[in-house]
Amino acid sequence: MEVDDAGEGTLQKRVVDTLSKLPELARDDEVLIHAGRYASLDFIVTIGTQVCFVTVEQGRVVKVDSNPQKMRSSAFTLAAEPEDWDRFWQPAPEPGWHDLFAMNKRGHATIDGNLLPFMQNLQYFKDVMALPRQIWVKK
Amino acid sequence: MKAGIEPILGRYLNCKIAGTDYRIYFEEAGEGTPLVCLHTAGSDARQWRHILTDSEITRNYRVIAFDMPRHGKSNPPVGFEREQYRLGRQEYIDLICGFCDAMELEKPVVMGCSIGGRIVLDLGLAHPSKFAALIGVQCSDHHKPWYDSTWMHRPDVHGGEICAAIVSGMMAPQSPTVSVQETLWYYKQSGPGVFKGDLYFYGAEGDIREEVSRFDTTQCPLYILTGEYDYSCTPENSEATAGRIAGAKMTRMKELGHFPMSENPAQFRKYLMPVLQDVHQTKAN
Repeated sequence: MEVDDAGEGTLQKRVVDTLSKLPELARDDEVLIHAGRYASLDFIVTIGTQVCFVTVEQGRVVKVDSNPQKMRSSAFTLAAEPEDWDRFWQPAPEPGWHDLFAMNKRGHATIDGNLLPFMQNLQYFKDVMALPRQIWVKK
Repeated sequence: MKAGIEPILGRYLNCKIAGTDYRIYFEEAGEGTPLVCLHTAGSDARQWRHILTDSEITRNYRVIAFDMPRHGKSNPPVGFEREQYRLGRQEYIDLICGFCDAMELEKPVVMGCSIGGRIVLDLGLAHPSKFAALIGVQCSDHHKPWYDSTWMHRPDVHGGEICAAIVSGMMAPQSPTVSVQETLWYYKQSGPGVFKGDLYFYGAEGDIREEVSRFDTTQCPLYILTGEYDYSCTPENSEATAGRIAGAKMTRMKELGHFPMSENPAQFRKYLMPVLQDVHQTKAN
């Protein structure tokens, strides 16, 4: 599976399109699904100005909604610029972009909201957000 | 896998340090200059097993790695259940010196990683003539806690899982999966609140930037090795530390993170061997 990209659109759009493939990237990963079996919630990923809702049900990523209704509730938010998600998804990311906490500490990403479910399932959410490394193509 | 017994010998030391009785587990291998290895916060001496089984190292060094009390196979002191564990700077210095004295080690080299890398600076400041050399791995004279550490010890978050998940991103993406997972396993086995308690002195006594300029490397050589993927103690932190200590030798290690000796032993070896050879040569001269 590769991200369809003919050189059209912005980096932001490419990142959003790639994020939207999380359900299929996670679908057959039984270890990941088991790790997140107690996680059922919506969380937000922002890519620059674009807001995406990611829905998780018992460890399965069931939906990524890049056109959400306003004032929709979520558990927590992971936010970074498109350039930072690009660097995060490289197969061998540079120091500082290799991990969500590294990005957070270095000021490349923010992690906000109700962090209890995030921290209760920390490795699971780190692994979910790293799934696009399997298909991300550096432009 | 071919069956084989490793040359590591594990024993228990009963001793009194600063008025407290301890039963400390240690492992050792080799002969020569004592090389005492200090594990990271929230882990134990198993992190050093590749150093203990490296015949090129054990040919010249008696490598000794001990579990701090509350870690690995070293029990907490009597009455631990009635106190909140908070490692203090002086307590940590006393523990290391007390261990070395009880073991009757003469002018050992001490190599520590993370909090162990930090405390070697304190050892050199407090007891410059006691050690043949100090090696700080992931070593900084200034550590400011940057996240809420209460997550590491609360009843609604699994302690082992959260400690491992926090440190998982401190390793380099190039490190072998098997070694990364072994490093995380140690964290998953850590006792409740121990990782958080180990980090306490970072917050309370973490800034010794003004003191380190007194570090006398003519009395005690200092080597600093820091992996580039460590976002907790960054190479920039270590370089700034080395810049404040005349004669300190700092090396930035590529494709390594916060746990060089266990996350990628082969890669760490490339950087450690020249240091150990330098120490050995200096001692011979």
